[in-house]
Amino acid sequence: MSLAIMFEKLMSGMGVTVSIFILTLVFSIPLGLPLSLARMSKSRVISVVSAVYISIMRGTPLMLQIIVIYFLPYFGFGINVSSGYRFIAVIIAFSLNYAAYFAEIYRSGIQSIPKGQYEAAQILGYSKSQTFSRIVMPQMFKRVLPAMTNEIITLVKDTSLSFAIATAEMFTMAKQIAAKEASLMPLMVAGIFYYVFNFIVALICQKVEKHYDYYKI
Amino acid sequence: MELVRVENCRKTFDGEEILKGISMTVNKGEVVSVIGPSGSGKSTLLRCCCMLETMDGGSLLFAGRSAAKEEDGKVVYATHDELKEIRKTFGLVFQNFNLFPHYTVLKNVTEPQIIAGKSKEEAEKKAFDCLEKLGLSDKAKSYPCQLSGGQQQRVSIARALALEPEVLFFDEPTSALDPELTGEVLKVIRELARIHMTMIIVTHEMNFAKEVSDRVIFMENGLIRAQGTPDELFGSDDERLRSFIGKLSSN
Repeated sequence: MSLAIMFEKLMSGMGVTVSIFILTLVFSIPLGLPLSLARMSKSRVISVVSAVYISIMRGTPLMLQIIVIYFLPYFGFGINVSSGYRFIAVIIAFSLNYAAYFAEIYRSGIQSIPKGQYEAAQILGYSKSQTFSRIVMPQMFKRVLPAMTNEIITLVKDTSLSFAIATAEMFTMAKQIAAKEASLMPLMVAGIFYYVFNFIVALICQKVEKHYDYYKI
Repeated sequence: MELVRVENCRKTFDGEEILKGISMTVNKGEVVSVIGPSGSGKSTLLRCCCMLETMDGGSLLFAGRSAAKEEDGKVVYATHDELKEIRKTFGLVFQNFNLFPHYTVLKNVTEPQIIAGKSKEEAEKKAFDCLEKLGLSDKAKSYPCQLSGGQQQRVSIARALALEPEVLFFDEPTSALDPELTGEVLKVIRELARIHMTMIIVTHEMNFAKEVSDRVIFMENGLIRAQGTPDELFGSDDERLRSFIGKLSSN
């Protein structure tokens, strides 16, 4: 196989990897917020249910979660899934898993906001929802950025776990080509790709953090 | 006219009774200082008045409107909507300012007004007006972290004044400041006293309390031990009071 063809095949995998990455963030970043609020809920039932959910999501391998979600419709309900479900299963598994991590990051951020901020808002006539959306959320976001960066960088590498159900992403492609050609070359290229991808992601995260430097908490 | 009336206010934290039945009234235009040793319940009293703490007993009225009253040994607070209206009658200046760090000075002073229903133009006009009075015109675009403690406290006073409260509470407004910065904040409060702003001030600044107040309340162990005009209180021959004032004045 010529290098050109190899690159072409890897390129298509790259597209899938980037899609998994972006879609996971699009779903898990917002999803983490209600989950963290549920975790902090005064209702014991809601708090325990979300705590159990987070505990399972963080306590079992992501690869297992991907496989379970992929095979659940068939083994659980006897539904035959189309081939397109493979990608959907990956997005569902990643989003559910990362939402759990983000929820815990948000919780730490929200709990680090001083009580005085809530008290000032109350005295100044802010409602509870205004206090949360205008005072707590923006400050929470700044506080959790470094932890978020960590998680997002891990996500770039975790996308390779979707090879477990043979999603046509970068790592799956590289492994296939490597096996066929009996060469480490495709895996090396994949490694470089992940590194460069993460380098860019870290750069962007750094930029975002810098953007919020205009105030200190 | 009576603006604040607290009757038999009681508050217990973790089984320890902090307030053992405090009653006080504050009339329009009056400046009342609350002094007393640490742990005497001054700040708790103030926080109960501002409804940051719920009372375990007693009643609370603002300008004749009931915020909380005792029924069958339990304190019943007014409805959510009534409390919202009642909260508009008072403002509070915190010991550690509690400005919103992600907002500029201007937005700190403007947003609460907009939430209260003012238009953005009105709110900004009022904000600039208040900031100017407090000598902070040039700081409108700054963020709280760029200001000194004294400036931050002045912003928080501006923020409270912009809402035009009828009565302003101060919870040890200078305790987080060094002596140099304390002066600039006390100057502002003195100025407010001169224009007869109704104020209730918890403070450790004895000379300031003596000079600025119409009435001084001395608290100890959750009770009002003595109250009166500054002359009455600071000239009192109550031994406990004298030793307290003596200790603090010599600092």
